[in-house]
Order: sequence, then structure tokens, then C-alpha cells
Amino acid sequence: MNNTSEKESVIRDKFALIKASLSSFNCSLSLKNNEIEILMLDKNLLKTVLFLKDNPTTNFDVLVDICAVDYPYQEKRFSVIYNFLSTTQNLRIRLKFNVNENQAVDSICSIYSCANWYEREIYDLFGISFNNHPDLRRILTDYDFEGHPLRKDFPLTGFVQVRYDSEQKKIVNEPVKLDQEYRNFDNLSPWEGMNNEISGKEDGK
Amino acid sequence: MANKTKIENYSMNFGPQHPAAHGVLRLVLELDGEVVERADPHIGLLHRGTEKLIENKTYLQAVPYFDRLDYVSPMCQEHAFALSVEKLMKIHVPKRGQYIRVLFSEITRILNHILNITTFALDVGAMTPFLWFFEEREVLMEFYERVSGSRLHAAYFRPGGVYRDLPDGLLEDIDLFIKRFPKKIDDLDRLLDKNRIFRQRTVDIGKIKLKDALEKGFSGPCLRASGLAWDLRKDQPYEVYDEIDFKIPTGTNGDCYERFLVRIEEMRQSLNIIKQCIDNMPSGDCTSKDPKVTPPKRSEMKRSMESLINHFKLFTEGYHVPVGETYQCVEAPKGEFGVFLVSDGSNKPYRCKIRAPGFPLLQATEFLSKGHMLADLVAIIGSLDIVFGEIDR
Repeated sequence: MNNTSEKESVIRDKFALIKASLSSFNCSLSLKNNEIEILMLDKNLLKTVLFLKDNPTTNFDVLVDICAVDYPYQEKRFSVIYNFLSTTQNLRIRLKFNVNENQAVDSICSIYSCANWYEREIYDLFGISFNNHPDLRRILTDYDFEGHPLRKDFPLTGFVQVRYDSEQKKIVNEPVKLDQEYRNFDNLSPWEGMNNEISGKEDGK
Repeated sequence: MANKTKIENYSMNFGPQHPAAHGVLRLVLELDGEVVERADPHIGLLHRGTEKLIENKTYLQAVPYFDRLDYVSPMCQEHAFALSVEKLMKIHVPKRGQYIRVLFSEITRILNHILNITTFALDVGAMTPFLWFFEEREVLMEFYERVSGSRLHAAYFRPGGVYRDLPDGLLEDIDLFIKRFPKKIDDLDRLLDKNRIFRQRTVDIGKIKLKDALEKGFSGPCLRASGLAWDLRKDQPYEVYDEIDFKIPTGTNGDCYERFLVRIEEMRQSLNIIKQCIDNMPSGDCTSKDPKVTPPKRSEMKRSMESLINHFKLFTEGYHVPVGETYQCVEAPKGEFGVFLVSDGSNKPYRCKIRAPGFPLLQATEFLSKGHMLADLVAIIGSLDIVFGEIDR
């Protein structure tokens, strides 16, 4: 137990240090579950990332991952989340950048070369495009695939199914035909989400 | 002038069905004679949409998908998912559960390294290790089967602990194995380390400096072979790794040969960790007592209505995870395997991003193979330890 509280205080110290060094940037920092998260409030993504990499107090030398999350009901639909690691400081940090559907993100390939495939993956699965990316192609889906599968409005079954047609002697795409309807059981308890307010109570007053 | 003809580079397809491509890798190569000028990996032939499927399943139903990512080291991946769910739900796993997890993580590491080293040797022309060591893998998979019921897709590490306690006699059998196995590793070492052909095929091939390795997002044995003793088990310890004594092997050159040496030494260290786990295995529960994640015992279900309802709700509705985001990672045999989990408070993950260690490694293929011969490319891919289940997801 003592060990974990020690860890927490170390992270809190580092959090304060990073917060101070990032004061000139327009971003907000938060510390949740012992994980540091930076939310970008303006478009200066490249500058911030470069600062995080090169500044000796931060020195995040490894780009661990880039990931996107789709929130269809938010004003800015996508969150692009950069996950950095500093091997010298033994510290992780997340940088969050919110974008619209028709807005492009600056590519960070010039800063971290391994961002290349991560950005291609996001382009492929979410349809977010990246400025100045050296080679923005689809990566995980098929060569002539249409749509962006990890968007929340893309159905789980997809739109097309692929099979080998022995008459045409080639692989054909056709609309999905399910022998049985996809069954999505809603197992949520009907009483768990209830609130204590009784509807119509205000009128009865 | 007239009889001078210009020789152009030609491009060639490597795979997707090629025994040395370790699965379904399609490499579009541009060759100048036999020298690789450009290598463009085309991946995604094994894309199954795991992340999308997980968004449509409850947290417990998501566990088996992790076995199917890197199918030669299944339990380590369940581990990352279990850790992230536990972090969001603030569940504490009892000591015995943690020791069992460490024990099986290390068995998984040996399982993975055996496969990698032997297939790598097969790629560069040595068949014997492959034939010898698949027998040993079978023994290890039997341990898997005895705790979880299946040899490969275990679904054993679940949020809250492990699926079941160890059966009687298993620890004794694992103990017999780790007494016998060091000799086998020595055999493997002797077969390859001093082998002239093996050395000629691997030494100074696919070299990467530490600075480049970090920049390319390397982790695991490939990063350590370049000289940095970075191991999540030591640097960001999870479970009980901080109570266990082990060493981290590193290289200096960062070539294919050193990646092989690091893996050999890691197997020895894993045996050491397993030994300590067996010696210090505490008694007690192996899963959290929280009825929100742990199903009631069968015997209770026969008597108590509430237990029956609890069991039914757990396996239909599942549990609700509090709103939040977390990134948890483990030192999988191939490197840092991480799960970024976003929960919206419902019984299904809102987003579950899987960070596979092989993804950045394969991305560096072009960097590593530029200027090498085509045959060296095979050695490079073999030494990176690539499995398509996790790269394509």
C-alpha cells in the first residue's frame, strides 16, 4: 500500500512540473487514475508534440500509440489520442485532440516516424485525414473497401460480403445477406437506470 | 553507347502465402538485382475487426478476443485487458491470483520465444530446433489446458482474477518441467549460437541503433537488443513483479543475432521467475471477492436463489464499468502490449484500442532491410517476431 501512495506522489510531482512547463501552450492538463492527460484547446498540435519530445523536462521519446474515438453526438466528433512514453523519466502521457468530421489533423510523421502507420490506420477506420502525411492509404481493410468501420454509425455486419464465384472465376462483392437476423440482446436491467423522480409530479403540485 | 542497356529495378511480391512471411504478409519489394531498395508491407489480410466486435460485446465476452490476437502468447493479452477493467472498476486481485498470473505470463513467454526462435532458425535453414522444441511447446500447452480447459485460447485471466484455482499437482509438474528445461535451452543454444551458418545469416543483419529503435516505437526484446534495459516488468511493475528477482538481458549491436540471444536469455530468466512463483505461491483466493465481477460458486448456486440470480445477471447483462479512460500495458513476449479502454458506464466497452507490439516492428521492416539482400529480409522478419493476429487485429 505504501508503495502505491509513493507512486502517486511521484506522478503528482511530475504532473505539476509538466503543467508548469506547458504553461505557454493553450491546453488543459488533468490527472485521472494516476494518468496524465493533456487536452489541446487550439490547433498547435505539432508545436506541442515537438515540445513534449525535445524539452528536457518532458522528453517523451517514444510514441506508443495513436488512437481515435468516435463520439457522434459531440460538436467535434472525433478525439484523436496520442500516447507517449518517456523512457528516461519512466512516465506516460496522453495528448487529446478533438476534430470535426471534415477537418484534417496535422500529421506528426516528421517528428515520430512510427506515426505513419498509426495515422494510416485512423484514416482507414475512422476517415480522419492527415495533412502532410507521406503516404495516406488504407492499411487494414481490403484494397477497394468503402466506408470507415470503426465509426459508430457503421453497422457491425458491414455492407458487403465477399465470396469466390466459381462461374465467374473471381472474387465478388455483394450486399450482405444474413440467413438469420443479427441478434443483439439487450440485457440491461430495466430497473437499474431508473431515477427517483416520478414523471408528472410537477403537474400534480 | 548502343550496347549499353539500362537495367531497371524490378518489383516483386513476397507473400501473402510464403512460409517465411510468418502468416499472411504481403511485401511489395523493389529490388536492384538481389538488393532490397524498398519494402512496402501490405497488411490487413487477417483483419477481423476485433475492436469493433469488442464494442458490441460485454466486458466478459471481450476476453476471448484477446486470445485470438497474438495466438502464440494468449494469456499476456488477456492480462492487459483484465488490468484495464480492474483499474476502472478499482478492483483488487488477491495475492494468489497475482502470483498465478505472473506464473502463467512467464509460461506464455517461454511458449512464445520457443516458437519465434525455432521458426526463425527454420527460416535461415536450421530445421532441428523446430522439430525438437515443438514437443516442449506441447508440454507447456498442456499446463494451459489443465488450468483453463484449452490449449491455446485460454480465456483464463479475467477481470477480477483468474478463472479457476490451480488443479492439484500442477505446481509439482511445472516444477519438474523447469528442472528439465534449462538443459534443453542449452541444447538450443549450442545448436544455433556456435553454428557458422546461423551466425553468417544473422550477425550484423538488420542492425538498428537505440535512437532509431526508440523513434520507431520498438519495445520488448527488439528494443533491448539495441541496448536499453527497458522492461515494463521492472520499470513499471504490475502484479507482483516487484517482489520477484530477475535480470533483464540487453544487447549492444541491435542485429538479428542479438535479438535471438536476448530471447534465449529471457527464457532462462522466465524459468527463474516461475521457480520463485512456485516457491512463494501464497494460499487463499485467486479471484476478487467482489460479487460484481466474480460469479458465485456452483455449490452456492444450488442452494441460494440470490446466487443463481447473480450468476445469471453476470453472464447475460455483465457488469457495468464506471465512466473513464485508461491505458494499461503489460510486457508481452513481443513487447509492450497495451489496451486503451474507454468506458461510458454501460456494460459494453465504448472503445477498446489494442496497441500491438508487432505493429511498429513490422513498420520498420523497410528501414531494417534497405540495402540488404533478399535472403536477409527473411532473417529480419524472423527476428522481429511477427504474428499477424495482433498486427491486423
